[in-house]
Amino acid sequence: MSLLFVEQVLNGLQLGVMLFLLAAGLTLIFGIMGIINLAHGSLYMVGAYAGSIAASATGSFLLAVPAGLAAAAVTGLAIEYLVIRKLYDRDHLDQVLATYGLVLLFNESISLIVGRQPLFVGVPPALSGSIEILPGMTFSVYRLTIIVAGLVIAAGLYALIQRTRLGMLIRAGATNRDMVRALGVDIKLLYTLVFGLGALLAGFAGVMAGPLLSVQVGMGEQILIMTFVVVVVGGVGSIRGALFGAIVVGLVDTLLRAFLPQLVRGLLADPSEADQLSAGLASMGVYVLMAIVLLWRPQGLFPARS
Amino acid sequence: MHDPFKFSGKALIAIAILIAALVALPFIAKAVGLPATTPLATRLLIYAIAAGSLNLVLGFGGMISFGHAAFYGVGGYTVGILFQHVRIGEPLFGFIPGTEQFLIAVPAAILVAGAFALLIGALALRTSGVQFIMITLAFAQMLFFLFVALKRYGGDDGLIIRRRNALFDLNMRDDLTFYFVVLIVTIGFYLLLWRIAASRFGMVLGAIRQNERRVAALGIAVYRYKLAAFTIAGMGAGLAGGLVANYARFVSPDMLHWTKSGELMVMVILGGAGTLLGPLFGAFALVTLETLLSGWTERWQLFLGPILLLIILYFRGGLSGLFKFIGGGGK
Amino acid sequence: MKRRTFLTVAGAGAATLAAPSLLRAQSAVRIGLITTLSGPGGYIGADIRDAFNLAVEMEGGKLGGVPVQVVVEDDGFRPGQGKTVAERMLRNDGIKLLTGIVFSNILGATLPDILDADAIYVSPNASPSNFAGKECHKNFYSIAWQNDTLHESAGQVAKELGHKRAFILAPNYQAGQDALAGFKRMFGGTIVGEQYTRLDQTDYAAEMAAIRAANPDVVFQFHPGGLGIAFLRQYAQAGLIGRVPMVVAAPSLDHTTLKAVGDVADGLWVSSHWNVDFDNAANKKFMAGFTQKHNRTPTYYASQSYDTALAIAAALQQTKGDIKPENFRTAMVKADFASVRGAFKFGPNQHPIQDWYALKAGKSASGEMQIVTQRKVLTAHGDIYAPQCKL
Repeated sequence: MSLLFVEQVLNGLQLGVMLFLLAAGLTLIFGIMGIINLAHGSLYMVGAYAGSIAASATGSFLLAVPAGLAAAAVTGLAIEYLVIRKLYDRDHLDQVLATYGLVLLFNESISLIVGRQPLFVGVPPALSGSIEILPGMTFSVYRLTIIVAGLVIAAGLYALIQRTRLGMLIRAGATNRDMVRALGVDIKLLYTLVFGLGALLAGFAGVMAGPLLSVQVGMGEQILIMTFVVVVVGGVGSIRGALFGAIVVGLVDTLLRAFLPQLVRGLLADPSEADQLSAGLASMGVYVLMAIVLLWRPQGLFPARS
Repeated sequence: MHDPFKFSGKALIAIAILIAALVALPFIAKAVGLPATTPLATRLLIYAIAAGSLNLVLGFGGMISFGHAAFYGVGGYTVGILFQHVRIGEPLFGFIPGTEQFLIAVPAAILVAGAFALLIGALALRTSGVQFIMITLAFAQMLFFLFVALKRYGGDDGLIIRRRNALFDLNMRDDLTFYFVVLIVTIGFYLLLWRIAASRFGMVLGAIRQNERRVAALGIAVYRYKLAAFTIAGMGAGLAGGLVANYARFVSPDMLHWTKSGELMVMVILGGAGTLLGPLFGAFALVTLETLLSGWTERWQLFLGPILLLIILYFRGGLSGLFKFIGGGGK
Repeated sequence: MKRRTFLTVAGAGAATLAAPSLLRAQSAVRIGLITTLSGPGGYIGADIRDAFNLAVEMEGGKLGGVPVQVVVEDDGFRPGQGKTVAERMLRNDGIKLLTGIVFSNILGATLPDILDADAIYVSPNASPSNFAGKECHKNFYSIAWQNDTLHESAGQVAKELGHKRAFILAPNYQAGQDALAGFKRMFGGTIVGEQYTRLDQTDYAAEMAAIRAANPDVVFQFHPGGLGIAFLRQYAQAGLIGRVPMVVAAPSLDHTTLKAVGDVADGLWVSSHWNVDFDNAANKKFMAGFTQKHNRTPTYYASQSYDTALAIAAALQQTKGDIKPENFRTAMVKADFASVRGAFKFGPNQHPIQDWYALKAGKSASGEMQIVTQRKVLTAHGDIYAPQCKL
């Protein structure tokens, strides 16, 4: 039982890391530019598709990573230049509608170019299979790789935000947008860089998700809502909040799915009714978590703007 | 101060023409051999009610609710569940008898949706900005998953309502009759919206949208006003849900999904948030666009996306902005 | 000005919607095919459309010697849109014979209108239990299967393979719940674990760990489309693929998803009523025609849709093109056509009575993944809801 618990915690951590990769960009874009970008999930999808296509064309997963990153970054910069730029001084409503239009456009374009069939991308042979972490407990090498890669990226982002001039501007932008503008910083360039960074991270998440999930149209929206939950729980504009929020959300979601059925089965007589109920409760779990956090701290756990 | 909800003579004439056109529509549809236009128009009117109710919080109140479909779905399910209990002949929770009477089921849908809106609003309104958008979404998703898990009422497959609710001794199965029932309700609903918008309550709501701090400084209980608006909007969505359950004779969790909330938002913004008739045109435009495009090509989203994008980027205030652009002013 | 613009737009719209009906040949029987062509399920709708059209083309634009015109529309994977499309077909175009719907929730929104208009619906896929039992209707025919039988056959396969302890999983929605119930009905062994997943879930790490902990003889899971792809891949990555055999029903592994999972599916057991390698004349003709025209392997959805067209053809031939429900029904219930799956007849509820087979996925000599038929597991199998149907 306890070994199983450790394994499920690792699973939760892996989901959390994936969510973090998406939430980090989203929270910066939210915090610094005040943009609600529903098309963030589309960048993740673009990364996954580009990665899968590159991997199946070349037979190497190593090439999938740069392909996915490049595709997502280019797409991100194009969106920023053509659409998002015009939305900086609009209210959230217009942003929601415009980026919703982008989501439709991306989904349909992908299915036009690639087709409606889900794509296949294999796990690189070096990372396939499982290893024994603890005596009697194995864990997927690929999932472990995702966790490590995600934590390395988190550390890198932290260093970028805390130790570089760009990071200083980003922090300043997240705390007080108008002040940065008043200091004569080229805000347009800063915005483009931040958006590009967010797109890169989303693209990386997409590439990594490729071998795990089904690469298909609409995959971005499935994870987008969860990502928004993470951003809001962690506090808008805060990388630390995004990391913390992602791991909490990942753990809560995974552990509820894993252990709630047994708890509920103990309470109800009919096992199949109990399973349905617990599955329903588990799916609501992260939303309940978010509601509780927001009622307790309306700005999230680590808001950038105090 | 210029009163935005006083209509000029020209606008009143235009509204009269609009109503006349809506009354004539089914007869024209029949005459030109396109009778399916009538049920389509029925659906449009119902969407116009749902979008209009969202506009009350979104446009007038400046509260961006991303979970409005929850109330629409709850309203629909109220009608569906009440009907289901007539069919199986046992009361709900053991004491609430089912009903198939329009005049009981639809008001029940309004009240139940309103109760949910009151509860959710009371919690959600403690936050603001992006957090408010997300928390309304969270509550809506919770309800969505609740209905997916409700096996008794069809779960994910939805619930079929065999017969439309009975109203006096009208033949509700008839497209034309049902259209006029919905049209009368829609006109009534929009009159009510207009009265609300023009009342003191509406004025305060508008002031809160523009500057919440200043209104609070005047000693007005901002939270209460917002909650009242949120609840009324929820009731409006419940009305639309109750009507759509009757129209489609089917309800499913799909009605509560966040994409449906998004669609309602698109209608409001497309038509012009904060204008009285904007949502009506937004609903009309979106459904017409979808119907036309999907009739032409299965790749309709490829066109719909950019169209939405262009309207937003180049015509501020959605279609109302577009009309102003074409017609040169006049609300 | 502004309102007029609108009405003009709407008027123009109405005119374009009417256009197809002006182009039709007068004598042809029109068949409305409403299916899902957009979104992740779009490939299924494309298969249903292409196979139906293939049958019509093979007869030179006719079915059973009667000229037909197939009107195809996308339901956009949304119940509301499906309903609107059906209304348009029924009322504007006067179409009285419909088919095509993939998903049961869209069928639920659309079917009442079709039946109320006294039109006929022949289902190439979606067949939820209510339409097989209490709510069955003389104008509703299913050519596919009744939902439960898909999973009953999987239970039978698991039983015949000699497994005793099963771990079963499905998404938490109506079809998922029916799936697990259907499997248990035939399996007869012990269920060591039963888990419901979420409909929008794509990461099954927690479930994999639970499977490993329970250490069953066999795993049965029902995850159609993209969900199934994700599930299978993660099953392999969790190191379970060689350790615990898996049995699935046809929707969890069709010939399109097979491409997307690749080697991972090696050794997987599938229960189905049809496979590409069925050795009968009708199937050979279908396979040759489909692969030649579309250059892809058809899924079982395509086979069902093709059968649907053949069944309609047989009925039209007998009625000489009359589609008045009572006359059409007399001919239709005979099911007098050569199905690509071999034996086929209707039960009293107008759902199929058919054979089920165990198939196995594996590598061909050339290293390609393929699904090979192993043996028959159920003969002339109907569904358990038929007795509740009073027709």
